[in-house]
Amino acid sequence: MSSYSVTEPSGRQKLFAGTLVILYALITILPLLWIIGTSFKSPSDAIAYPPKTFFSPTLEGYVNLFTTRTRATEEDVKALGEPTTWYDRIVRKDGFVIAGPSRFMERFSNSMIIGFGSTVLCIVLGTAAAYAFSRFKVPLKDDLLFFILSTRMMPPIAVAIPIFLMFRSLGLNDTHLGMILLYTAVNLSLAVWLLKGFIDEIPIEYEEAALIDGYTRFQAFYKVVLPQAMTGIASTAIFCLIFAWNEYAFAVLLTSGTAQTAPPFIPTIIGVGGQDWPAVAAGATLFLVPVMIFTIVLRKHLLRGITFGAVRK
Amino acid sequence: MLDSSIERAARATPPVVAKRIQGLSDRAIAWLFVAPSIFLLLAVNIFPLIWTIRLSFTNFRVNRPNAEVGFVGLKNYINILTDADIWQTMQATAHFLIWTIVLQVLIGFTLAYLINKKFRGNDMWTTIIVLPMMLSPAVVGNFWTFLYQPQIGLFNYAVGFLTGTDPSAFSMIGDVSLAPWAIVIVDTWMWTPFVMLICLAGLRSIPGSIYEAAECDRASKWRQFWTITIPMVLPFLMLAILFRGIENFKMFDLVVQLTGGGPGSTTELTSINLKREAFEKWRTGYASAYAVILFVTVFGLASIYVKALNKVKQR
Repeated sequence: MSSYSVTEPSGRQKLFAGTLVILYALITILPLLWIIGTSFKSPSDAIAYPPKTFFSPTLEGYVNLFTTRTRATEEDVKALGEPTTWYDRIVRKDGFVIAGPSRFMERFSNSMIIGFGSTVLCIVLGTAAAYAFSRFKVPLKDDLLFFILSTRMMPPIAVAIPIFLMFRSLGLNDTHLGMILLYTAVNLSLAVWLLKGFIDEIPIEYEEAALIDGYTRFQAFYKVVLPQAMTGIASTAIFCLIFAWNEYAFAVLLTSGTAQTAPPFIPTIIGVGGQDWPAVAAGATLFLVPVMIFTIVLRKHLLRGITFGAVRK
Repeated sequence: MLDSSIERAARATPPVVAKRIQGLSDRAIAWLFVAPSIFLLLAVNIFPLIWTIRLSFTNFRVNRPNAEVGFVGLKNYINILTDADIWQTMQATAHFLIWTIVLQVLIGFTLAYLINKKFRGNDMWTTIIVLPMMLSPAVVGNFWTFLYQPQIGLFNYAVGFLTGTDPSAFSMIGDVSLAPWAIVIVDTWMWTPFVMLICLAGLRSIPGSIYEAAECDRASKWRQFWTITIPMVLPFLMLAILFRGIENFKMFDLVVQLTGGGPGSTTELTSINLKREAFEKWRTGYASAYAVILFVTVFGLASIYVKALNKVKQR
């Protein structure tokens, strides 16, 4: 400490503030830890009273998530012989046999295909548009930018009716392509606004120098601007991915079978006599943990992404 | 060092061929770059909106494609605006909107204020607090139904533990008077970090010299808080309220998974009600008019609000 500062909080203030914030953080993280914990419980532990904090972990929830099972009598189980794999053993303990894989992998990979597909498309279109808005005199620029932003104000259900009709007549209902195009359009407004902010910050002199050296506009764009904008593009991409990954309203209305993503699927996991909570928790854990990791990686860019670039740090 | 300068020299000398295809003017490139995005937005956002407006004057039903579509004028709009059930839905939405914003602003600002005291490790704890808002609302909503279970649910157990009431005596999502609060609690848990982050950006934008000057003038800490901190954070706070307001007016996924609009229709927010009309009762024309009314409401309220926001910013 070199000099006394009136703006620097005192040690006691810091201790007080820190204690309260940490207390809030612990309370807020508890439901998430509970989800992860429940995914390793047995169904009876999951619904025990009082709620169990300590339990013997099992992968039953994950096995139930990935398989469909049928109840088998003792003779049937005996006739099958010894269980050959660890997951067979878990299922048979409760008097079931595995009948086949569940649809979770399918839904999960749909989420991946649609999420990554729409993110790539969105970044390609968004970067081009953002570059043009940032560097050229586009007629009606402000109106176009506002129009792009205003598309986010519409409740998804409100536009879902005509999109449903449109997709039906174009044969895009319940297809990967349809969902990719839809999510691209939904995310494009965010992408254009964010990317324009990032490109605005790259000094225009770099490109001018390149142009004077005889580069064409295209060359200046992908050899000078793109490498400079890479961090911005990467964080925008992760935001688009998270939005597409989490989206539920369009997914539940416009997909039913082949292209259904994980969010509408996870709540429908039913066990014997009601929801199979460990399996639901296992699905939720597998689905939520990647986003948690991205959030931790992304924490420095978070604010800009969630406020359409309105707040910059 | 040498390598990179050679490389740079090489890059600075573009191939002669490139010069020959340099044909596109800036204007052409600008259009080429913007057009695909505008086209996609027109096709997936504006075209459907116009279609919705057109459908809103008809009695069209998706599930009866062969029935004759009749033009009904403003009948759908009149029916909606005079329907008592819809006004009840609006009330439920208003309750949800007002309470989530009040709670999130109070808690969010307090947290930001505390985090801004820069205690050791504040970055890590901020990241932990932020986690809920990045997750899928539908999955989270579904899981909260588990936490809200009477007796076995963690929430009921915690409330019982703290207040001494029996955890199986109340059901957050089954009780008519508690359900509207159940959705407020989950939304507040999920989105307070958003308000917090924006307030934090506001607090960090205040230069320390202002406080130093106030200190020289012997302004009390209390006075500094109300005359410096609050006015300087206000534009940020209003921005946060705008975003939360628009988002919660559209609220669908979290609540539909949490309560499904029940019990009865106590938590049936406008989006859930609209979904029922459009995709369960299949009253497409009626639902379209409903959608138009909602859109005009959001757009109108947001425009008025943005004007107020700009006034605060100018001060």
